[in-house]
Formats: sequence, C-alpha cells, structure tokens
Amino acid sequence: MRGAGIPGDVASLERLTGGASRETWRFAAGHELFVLQRQRPGSPRDMHVEVAVLEAAHALGAPTAQVVTSSRGMSTNPLGEPFMVMRAVAGETIARKILRDGDFADARPVLAAQIGRAMAQIHRIDHTAIDGLDGEDQVAKYVQLMDESGQAHPAFEIAFRWLEANRPAPRDWCLVHGDFRLGNVIVDGDGLRAVLDWELAHIGNPAEDLGWVCVRAWRFGGSKPVAGVGDYAALLDAYEAESGARISERELRWWELLGTVKWGLMCISQAAYHLNGVVRSHELAAIGRRVCENEYDALMTIRELSADAQ
Amino acid sequence: MTAPHDPPTAAQLTEAVREWLESQVMPNVSGAMQFHARVAVNVLAMVEREIGLGPAQAERHRTGLVALGCADDAELARRIREGAFDAGGVESVGVVRVDVEAFVFDSVVDKLRVANPKYLR
Repeated sequence: MRGAGIPGDVASLERLTGGASRETWRFAAGHELFVLQRQRPGSPRDMHVEVAVLEAAHALGAPTAQVVTSSRGMSTNPLGEPFMVMRAVAGETIARKILRDGDFADARPVLAAQIGRAMAQIHRIDHTAIDGLDGEDQVAKYVQLMDESGQAHPAFEIAFRWLEANRPAPRDWCLVHGDFRLGNVIVDGDGLRAVLDWELAHIGNPAEDLGWVCVRAWRFGGSKPVAGVGDYAALLDAYEAESGARISERELRWWELLGTVKWGLMCISQAAYHLNGVVRSHELAAIGRRVCENEYDALMTIRELSADAQ
Repeated sequence: MTAPHDPPTAAQLTEAVREWLESQVMPNVSGAMQFHARVAVNVLAMVEREIGLGPAQAERHRTGLVALGCADDAELARRIREGAFDAGGVESVGVVRVDVEAFVFDSVVDKLRVANPKYLR
C-alpha cells in the first residue's frame, strides 16, 4: 500500500458488513484506520462513478470520507474488481443510538441543519464532469417498479395520482446523493461527520434528497420529521443558507411522499428476494408486511396536505 | 371451529412457539442471532393476529370492493390509475373520491392491525 497515500504496512484487517454489491474491510496502517470497499462481480454500476462523486464531494468540503486511493485510472488493478480505500471516519451509524444515547445529546439539535448544509454542498458538484451518471423522472420510475412487482396497491395508486396532480415547479437538476438518511451517516458528539453509501447517486431534483431524509422509516421512531430529530424548517433554512435556493415545506412534503412510496416499493422488492428464492430469509419475508406502513404514511400525508390546501 | 383438527388451534400452536422463542431462546443468544430471533417473534405474533382478525377483515374487504364495483384490489388499483375514481368536483380527499379513499385507508389500517398495530397514530 506504500506509494498509494497509505503510510506503513497493513495491520488488523477486519471484514465489515457492507451491502450486497460490495465487500467492506477495515484495516490499520501506520497510526490510522482505513476502509477498503471492493465491488462484487455483476454490480449494477461501476464503483469508479462513485469514486469520482466522492472525490468531488470531498473537494467541495462536504462531510464525506476521503478517498486515498482507488482502482480508478489504474492500468492494472491488483484486486481484480474495482475498489477504493477511504480514511475511516470515527463515529456512530446505528440510528437508534444516535436518536437515544446520551453521547449524542448535543448532536441531535443541530443534525437537521447540518444535513441541510451538507445536501447543499453535494448539490453543488459539477455532475457534467462525471461520466456514468443518469437521471429519470422519479414518479415514472416508481410507477414502472410498481408494475414490475406484479402486485396491486390501491394506496400507492392514490399517491401516484396525487403526486401527478400536485407536481411542484421544476428545478434545475443536480447531482443528488439518492440515499442520504439516518443509517447512512456517521455522527459523533458534535453531529454529522460523514455521508456514506453513494451507490445510488444520480442526476435529479435537489429536493429529492431533502424529502428522503424525512420519510417516516428514517425517523426510526423519533418524534420529529427530519431524521427523527429536526423540524422541516431547520432543514430548509440551512439548505437555503448554503445554496441560496428556498424549498417550501409543501414542496419538501411532495418529495417526502414520493420517498414514502419509494420505500414501500423497496420493501416489496426486498420481500421478493425471499419469495423468488434468491435469498431465503424470514427477515426479508417480514419486510413484505412493512409495505402497509408506507401506504398508511402516504395516505396520512395526502390527508394532511389536502386539509392544508383548503 | 377448527374441525377436523384437534386442539391446539393454529393460533395456539403459533403462540406456543413464540413464547418458547421469547422465554428460552432470546435470553440465551446475542447479536445477530438475537436480532433474528426477535424478527421471528414478531412474525409469529403477526400470524397470531392474522388468524384472529383476518376472516372479518377479508369479509369487510369483499363488501367494500363490491360497493365500489371492483372485483379485487387489482381492478381497484387499475381504475384509480386510469382516473375513473377521480373526484372531479365531487367531495374528495386529494384527487380521488372520498368514499374510495376511505375504503383504501380502512384496508390499510386493517393491514397494520395485523402487521404492526403500534404503527397506527
């Protein structure tokens, strides 16, 4: 690893859980900890896209792990599959601890604003300089996923009707993280330290990221809408302060509703891994019965927003 | 009511397994195994609730679909998407007719009463 920006020999290599599309390892070198991620064969997107996005985000000062080396641009890759090595970031990722442990008492009141600021920084990335990113209309995308599931969910159809009838005015598209939420962030006693899991980064409406972090599933039982700990205004004000763009609460909630439908459809997909025999797992099977949580949230949101509009 | 089967009922059998998981397995395992044991306990509790509530819910669902002139959820979903249930001046919640929204909402509440009653607000 010498010559790749990593000091000294590799020690105490340890496998971490890391998702379906990649292996994740942690190791020490010199006096520092690093994280290595290696793509599994057949992954939907080349990890080098993510490396380019991460490097751009870090250069703009967004809270991300710093990539110290990767196979991007290497003529011969010693690990076979695409990989990247990042400086490890100290802190906690487990949502329930962030929401409840005393260690994070000072972090919770500032987290929503820090998330808003970080999103604005990410949305400033020059996505035209990065190959391999794509974008599509999110309503059409999830209507298609609904059809592909082969299931009928009248509640989501009501949500799709509402989303189509109440589309906010379009915004210039930018690079959106795509999965910025509690569970995918590292938090320490002072708040947000790093945003992880950039696999779903794509081109889209900036409000998509803001809505996603408000979906009830990502509140993990917290009482407030933004990551369970913050109010809508804290997120929106911080986003405006950093970006200059004002997103209204109603626009935010349109995207929160879309995110709620999206997570419902992802629950269907996860249960399908079990039902189709890809992975036999009672945990995945049970997720199929979480779809109705999102149907409930979607209908409640529409009821609230319809009452507000009258 | 479960003839020709002898006692215990399906619900009582499920309950027995759930209680064994809770009292004997959960305290003696940790980490990922404990997490997966808790998922199993939750799944069995869900099955118990469905055995108890399911038949009445199914009957109510059938009646509601008939009132809307739909054979099943697939037809209801398709007609909502086509705009056949848009309110168009009639009383509405959001876009669709108030009676359609109320039926769908009640169905979702029934699903949650089985899947995760604590989720209801």
